[in-house]
Amino acid sequence: MNIIDLSNPTRFLNLVNRVLPWLAAATAILFAAGLYRAMGAPDDYQQGATVKIMFLHVPAAWLGMLGWTVMSVAALGTLVWRHPLADVAGKAAAPIGAAFTFICLVTGSLWGRPTWGTYWVWDARLTSVLVLFLLYLGVLALYWTAEDPGRGSRAAAVLTLVGAVNLPIIKFSVDWWNTLHQPASILRMGGSAIDPSILTPLLIMAAAFTLLFFTLHLAAMRNEILRRRVRTMRMMQAQEARA
Amino acid sequence: MNLGPHADFIVAAYALTAFVVATMVAWVVLDHSAQRRMLGDLEERGVTRRSQRSGS
Repeated sequence: MNIIDLSNPTRFLNLVNRVLPWLAAATAILFAAGLYRAMGAPDDYQQGATVKIMFLHVPAAWLGMLGWTVMSVAALGTLVWRHPLADVAGKAAAPIGAAFTFICLVTGSLWGRPTWGTYWVWDARLTSVLVLFLLYLGVLALYWTAEDPGRGSRAAAVLTLVGAVNLPIIKFSVDWWNTLHQPASILRMGGSAIDPSILTPLLIMAAAFTLLFFTLHLAAMRNEILRRRVRTMRMMQAQEARA
Repeated sequence: MNLGPHADFIVAAYALTAFVVATMVAWVVLDHSAQRRMLGDLEERGVTRRSQRSGS
């Protein structure tokens, strides 16, 4: 089976039905390993046990941005090639990306109170992630409220591509502006600044969250394909009843 | 495991994440059953897609 075959929704559904149980199992195993290592990780010398919030906050932040990246690629597929599966992929990724961004914002806030002394500051990193969350809500509103799904999808794709400008702003906000948020400590020149005893569980949790994202995304894409079939069949039924 | 003086913040972060993840999993599972049920109902009433008609 090649990549062109997968663009056929029926073949895509067959593949998803085969792959999903394995992906779900791998996700559960990685989460079990990640949580076990996270709970056994030593306290940070400055932050104490609150560093355990990092094992949730950092992967959620990455996946909030990954979700928008997936949607941006899908938006190109929708606008340039008008491929129906691209639109399905974009629509399915939006609520999942929004949920991870929400987790990032709330866990960040809960981490900020004991370490910074405040739940929230309007600094560049926090504000740009809040903007990402609001953009997700805007895209979801376009998908869910448009009377004509085709027009809603195109409008959502345009907003997605415009919103992609925010991704480098989020990534480099800690370098471009003075922020309360710490600078990059994992993906940076010169290697990670985190001790392996904390970095290893963080990477396992990040892998678990990433697998969770793709498991949920494939499942949501399958649901969206079925939803469109139901809609098409209902329209045909209505047309036949009229004729 | 001693979570120190800020245990409430750590527990709240994990509880909220577990709740959001569980909600997402429930959403995809329940939505899948709902779509399958609706497709089944339509097929029982003899409604088929064009691709199924041309294939038969």
